[in-house]
Amino acid sequence: MEAFATMLDDLYFTNSNLAKEEILANYFRSTPDPDRGWALAAIAGTLNFDLFKRNLSKSLIAERMDPELFALSYDYVGELSETIALAWPVSENAVRLNRLPSLSEVIREFQSRSKQGIREYLTTMLDNMTPPQRWALLKLGTRGLRVGMSARSVKRTLARMKDVDLEVIEELWHGLEPPYEGLFAWIDGTADMPDVSSAIAYLPVMLAHPLDEEKDLERISPATHQVEWKWDGIRVQLAANGTEARVFSRTGDDISRSFPDLLGAVDFVGTLDGELLVLPEGPDGAVGTFNDLQQRLNKKKPSAGLMQRLPAHFRAYDVLNLEGENLRPEPLAERRRRLEDFMDDLDPFRFSISQLLKFENVRDLAAFRDEASASSGLLEGLMIKDRSSSYVSGRPKHAWYKWKCDPMLLDAVLMYAQRGHGKRSSYYSDYTFGLWNEAGDLLPIGKAYFGFTDEELKQLDNWVRSHKQQRFGPVQEVKKELVFEVAFDSAHRSSRHKSGFALRFPRIHRIRWDKPASEANRLSDLEQMVGQNRSHE
Amino acid sequence: MGTASSAENWMQVRPEGLYCAPADIYIDPHQPVERAAITHGHADHARPGHKSVFATPETLAIMKTRYPDDAPSMKHLLNYGEKTDLAGDVRLWLAPAGHILGSAQVVIEHANQRIVVSGDYKRHSDPTCTPFEVVKTDVFVTEATFALPVFSHPPLGHEIDKLVRSMSLFPDRAHLVGVYSLGKCQRVMLALRQAGYSHPFYLHSALIRLTELYEAHGFDFGEWKPVSDYKGREKEIMRGRIVLAPPSALADRWSRTLPDMLPAMASGWMQIRARARQRRAEMALIISDHADWQDLLQTVDDTGAKDVWITHGRVEALEHALTQKGIRAKALALVGREEDAD
Ligand SMILES: [Zn+2]
Repeated sequence: MEAFATMLDDLYFTNSNLAKEEILANYFRSTPDPDRGWALAAIAGTLNFDLFKRNLSKSLIAERMDPELFALSYDYVGELSETIALAWPVSENAVRLNRLPSLSEVIREFQSRSKQGIREYLTTMLDNMTPPQRWALLKLGTRGLRVGMSARSVKRTLARMKDVDLEVIEELWHGLEPPYEGLFAWIDGTADMPDVSSAIAYLPVMLAHPLDEEKDLERISPATHQVEWKWDGIRVQLAANGTEARVFSRTGDDISRSFPDLLGAVDFVGTLDGELLVLPEGPDGAVGTFNDLQQRLNKKKPSAGLMQRLPAHFRAYDVLNLEGENLRPEPLAERRRRLEDFMDDLDPFRFSISQLLKFENVRDLAAFRDEASASSGLLEGLMIKDRSSSYVSGRPKHAWYKWKCDPMLLDAVLMYAQRGHGKRSSYYSDYTFGLWNEAGDLLPIGKAYFGFTDEELKQLDNWVRSHKQQRFGPVQEVKKELVFEVAFDSAHRSSRHKSGFALRFPRIHRIRWDKPASEANRLSDLEQMVGQNRSHE
Repeated sequence: MGTASSAENWMQVRPEGLYCAPADIYIDPHQPVERAAITHGHADHARPGHKSVFATPETLAIMKTRYPDDAPSMKHLLNYGEKTDLAGDVRLWLAPAGHILGSAQVVIEHANQRIVVSGDYKRHSDPTCTPFEVVKTDVFVTEATFALPVFSHPPLGHEIDKLVRSMSLFPDRAHLVGVYSLGKCQRVMLALRQAGYSHPFYLHSALIRLTELYEAHGFDFGEWKPVSDYKGREKEIMRGRIVLAPPSALADRWSRTLPDMLPAMASGWMQIRARARQRRAEMALIISDHADWQDLLQTVDDTGAKDVWITHGRVEALEHALTQKGIRAKALALVGREEDAD
């Protein structure tokens, strides 16, 4: 654990990527299995379980520390794990260890213990560690390690150690699992390259460029392009090998556990690209909102009731391979033909194909986009794809476009501010804003921490400091006098928010220094925008 | 000894600073005054322009170096423990504060009461100054620069080891350490010598005058060279060596001329990761010349003070913690203390 914490600290403070890769390679060379494999998983973000719940460390320190002092400390440091790591008061009757356990021992202990056992073990660890070690453990335990190293950079480190191309590691990567003993044995030269042919692999996804209306529209024609709705669900990859099926998020996270109903319906061998949706009204009814889907995403073990109320559904955009045949090099037109043939046989309750929108010219496209804009966020816009494009990872130029709806806008009043994190920790940079209700009270509708320039951030920070009201721990209430024009992609009814609404992807569009707070929007305006949410199938 | 409520009658907060009325003397005043007692030579405590100054000989020497044109008409050199009687039946003496060379707590006795104005102080080891001395008192006036439970400064040797370890890991990189010119610079150099570092130090020109002053007071830093003596390729000699510069030089053009420079920063703030990144430090050396959280509480305990007045820093937390312990604590609204001075 000592070496792991030291290595993390070195990575954290080092600026250059090359130096970071050198530090990591040194660690891998000098650390035995399985420690180095767990460290690799922690840094690459492939650890697929938490060692303890995020709230555990918070509740442990609450037992030991004056709440006011903790709030002041957290407010100053701006980051929970670091605050706890630094402020942890070592108990006088702490169990003293002669040495810290190894990284893999720590992981094994946490995994094998009961809830109470985990609590005791974490306490003992924190009592015996230095602040940087505590930080490493707390970050590891809740999978929040950010040491400024991308997964790509980690893979490049491995590629350099073995003196192979990055692609070689990329191809292997998703067939491998922590603690990666086979991988390291191969790198050390004591074993052959790991065989990942039967593993269910996540394949890096293909992404779209935002459409440039000036330049790109003229390239688009019915002969060369296909057009589909861009749904407001989440983009996923569904992969199955005949015995097992998995669903991955766009970033390659395995989210299978949240969707057993969908995976239970998979009876094919192949990899599909599509949108994950929920269908509260069944296959013939309207698609659920993003908020509905969120309820499923948040549940690692969904109850039968929840799955019945909000059944998961997969809307296919593309096919990457089928029955062992790699279709990625084929043009989209061919992949689409294969997808249509194949989708015919699947259960319509769980699977559907994304419909192609018939168009003749740019005017038709604009009309579709207007239709999407009127869908209250259910449709994010259009996807426009070159029919000759092969499926490649990343964002190739002029292959796929996304033409998003214009964001919705509202004038809201700043209510609370909070200090940011990292380099923004000395500024009030997280803002909660609200709208007026009929009774003339402000109710919060959302929170945003970006959308403004550094210069504006300084001005806002100044404004907050000179308009302070009450403080609630790290949350600073301000005078209700400043108006933000807030942009967001969609809004949904939400029982979890006091205002009754939740915004999707809110950001500060403009600061309306000029506008009196009394002239900001009402909740009823937002209500109208949300309107009939279920107009689209 | 008396109570603090009456102490407030004769020790007051004025715009110029903390003021002892019967003797007509300010402690660390921010603006030029008739009569001043100065705790130590840092710029936010020792200002130029006072007519009559009471301070340790070292502090007066530091002021002379920093403000060569400043000429107080009266200099009262007070060695630690040496008592002097002022007007209004006030007795004043100085006790070591352990902060930097010559740093002192100002002890003031009047009307059967004692007030100790500690200035900046620390309890950790420092080979460049006399250790902090506990003075029993009625009222203890303390700083609160690092007054949060998150601040717990590791032993000096521990941080110096980081630097030594890095030099063996990266023997081809010039290790540039950002240090404040007065106190921190010299403390780091002596600690490195004690850890066995035997090569010359390379000093930024802003650090030279005060280092020479320390040498004049008998400190031996071994061999050191001004960086400015080396032009272009000659700087190759600094690979694997320690270069010292003021913190501002870490991120500026000057530092880019050093061979494969590795920026380190020595400061109590380095405990907070985001602060370290802000400084662009790739190595955070937690070396502070102020008391950390435990030492602040311990020191208040040691002095036996029933009343604590807090001058600057993270005032709220210290006030809260002392109040919980049954000590009357209050914040003094003093102007002109630098938040980041360390
Ligand atoms: Zn000072």
